Amino acid sequence: MSIFVDENTKVIVQGLTGGQGKFHGLRNRDYGTKIVGGVTPGKGGTDVDGIPVFNTVREAVEATGATASFVVVPPRFASAAILEAAEGGITFIVCITEGIPAHDEAVTYNRLVEDFPDVRLLGPNCPGIISPGKCNIGITSGDIALPGGPVGIVSRSGTLTYQALHELSQKGIGQTTCVGIGGDPVPGTNFIDCLAAFQADPETKAVMMIGEIGGSEEERAAEWIKHNMTKPVVAYVAGVTAPPGRKMGHAGAIISGSKGTAQAKMDALAAAGVHVCLNPTEAGEKMVEIVRAL
Amino acid sequence: MDLFEYQGKQYFARYGIAVSPGDVADSVEEAVAVAERIGYPVVVKAQVKVGGRGKAGGVKLASDVDEVRLHAGNILGLDIKGHVVRRLWIERSSDIAKEYYASFTLDRPNKTHLGMLSAQGGVEIEVVAEENPDAIAFLSIDPVRGLDLETARRWVHEAELDEVAREQAAELLVKLYECYTAGDCDLAEINPLILTPEGRVHALDAKVTLDENASYRHPEWEEYRATETEDPREKRAKEKGLNYIGLDGTVGIIANGAGLAMSTLDVVNQVGGSAANFLDIGGGANADVMAAALEVINSDPKVTSIFVNIFGGITRVDEVAKGVLEALSRVTINSPIVLRLDGTNAVEGRAILAPHLNDRLMTEPTMLDAARRAVSLANA
Repeated sequence: MSIFVDENTKVIVQGLTGGQGKFHGLRNRDYGTKIVGGVTPGKGGTDVDGIPVFNTVREAVEATGATASFVVVPPRFASAAILEAAEGGITFIVCITEGIPAHDEAVTYNRLVEDFPDVRLLGPNCPGIISPGKCNIGITSGDIALPGGPVGIVSRSGTLTYQALHELSQKGIGQTTCVGIGGDPVPGTNFIDCLAAFQADPETKAVMMIGEIGGSEEERAAEWIKHNMTKPVVAYVAGVTAPPGRKMGHAGAIISGSKGTAQAKMDALAAAGVHVCLNPTEAGEKMVEIVRAL
Repeated sequence: MDLFEYQGKQYFARYGIAVSPGDVADSVEEAVAVAERIGYPVVVKAQVKVGGRGKAGGVKLASDVDEVRLHAGNILGLDIKGHVVRRLWIERSSDIAKEYYASFTLDRPNKTHLGMLSAQGGVEIEVVAEENPDAIAFLSIDPVRGLDLETARRWVHEAELDEVAREQAAELLVKLYECYTAGDCDLAEINPLILTPEGRVHALDAKVTLDENASYRHPEWEEYRATETEDPREKRAKEKGLNYIGLDGTVGIIANGAGLAMSTLDVVNQVGGSAANFLDIGGGANADVMAAALEVINSDPKVTSIFVNIFGGITRVDEVAKGVLEALSRVTINSPIVLRLDGTNAVEGRAILAPHLNDRLMTEPTMLDAARRAVSLANA
């Protein structure tokens, strides 16, 4: 099994007619994802390589029965696109857009929670989700993932998500689902959401978690793991050497005062029984050991 | 982006928040002119983006023109924790009856806004939080609903601000929240927020951090950007659209993606080296960007080896390889380059580089191997 998506998930792409939307939308379709439509206001009735384009999400949902949306639009339009997806009947939204103002994210997140409690947002500013061999929504290169499980991956960082997939696939270890939750200050889906889903998924036997400096999500995840997680978790946290007070690329990756350091996160995770590793390669090797012993 | 105090006060003023009358001065003569205009006594304040100005002698009271001359002359050029004072803020001195604290910031765990208000201002809020947490009234604000005057009134009551200050403070807090949200601040802080003996409430200091993701809707931020003092390496990188942070080590780092770049720093450190920088060339980087990145690293005299760590996703490794060759043909790169290339089009990328490999340009199969090689070259 996989979490959040599977081989039957029907996906529309908001922004399919743009350069990025077309590139990734078609790439996701080539991977086998059921990309059933695109949405671009004013371009309804046209198509992108055979994929029908609609003016609104509602029209796209009515015509195709899609339940998931891949949002690939510029930052200033992203919040409206996410809310349109929820209003149009989409229940799983993946937004890869980078550079959305934090206040917009905060409003969008809370509006979803209040008005659309059944909708899950993944991102913004995330690489997306891939359930190898079944469904790939986002910008992850499908060929670095290996189907068949038994490992679930959840990661806050884009390229490190690929690195984690690569480390496992190279060693012949497959993944059930790999979720990139993104590095922004207000992520729609957090570590705990993913850990809980992996804990409930019978095919996932172990979880790899990739964190980074900033915020306290890793500490909260550690607390949750301590009380709820029976499956083994291997973790790596990036940014041990990051200087305080400097944003390391992601809006969320900043050490403020004494809070948010990689060391504090690693300590919290280790105290919760997580196998904490010092680099992605070591994390991959640890996971091999764990999977072989299953 | 952090603002100087005077910029923060000007930003507050846009939203109708009461601040002391004042103006900036870049010379003793300008300081005198401002003081003469606004009237004595005045406070001469160093404009630096670092705390502890008062203790360092960067904030002085002046009651006549001679004192303004004396203090302005002493403070301009003063080095406060490595920040040299180039600009002063001269403002009308305020009599203080009480000092409060007020701020708004994002409460990331709860995904709401967090207001903090305390009747014990003037000291660092972290100290108050540590020693007397009950002295801070926390307010969780739903970003959808915002902050209304009724809620602000209850809040100032709960924080036990003086009766006479409450209504003015409540109104000011609503304006500060407006400044924080509509003004796209990551942080809007007033410490101290003062009550004067005449019963007036206003902001005596301003600490504002702006969310640069929102700069597209704030053309007025352009003037703040102009006054940013940056590491020359960072300035050059920014001009080329690169996300660069200067550090003190000897291994120049280029990676795609913030997480991988951070991880690269960590791994270099683990194998006994130290990074000269953080440099994320971003997603979808092409040959031009890669060449620009190498040139920026090359301009850092401390760099003795360069580690290029690429995991292609949107970024195509063949483009990266072309960029490396282009940079090598454009400028003389002073340090040996070690590359680790994986992901989208990695095979093509390695093939492009293969005929050019030598003891100045080499590849390693894994991130760890490449880090070891780069560090041993840097330390050689």
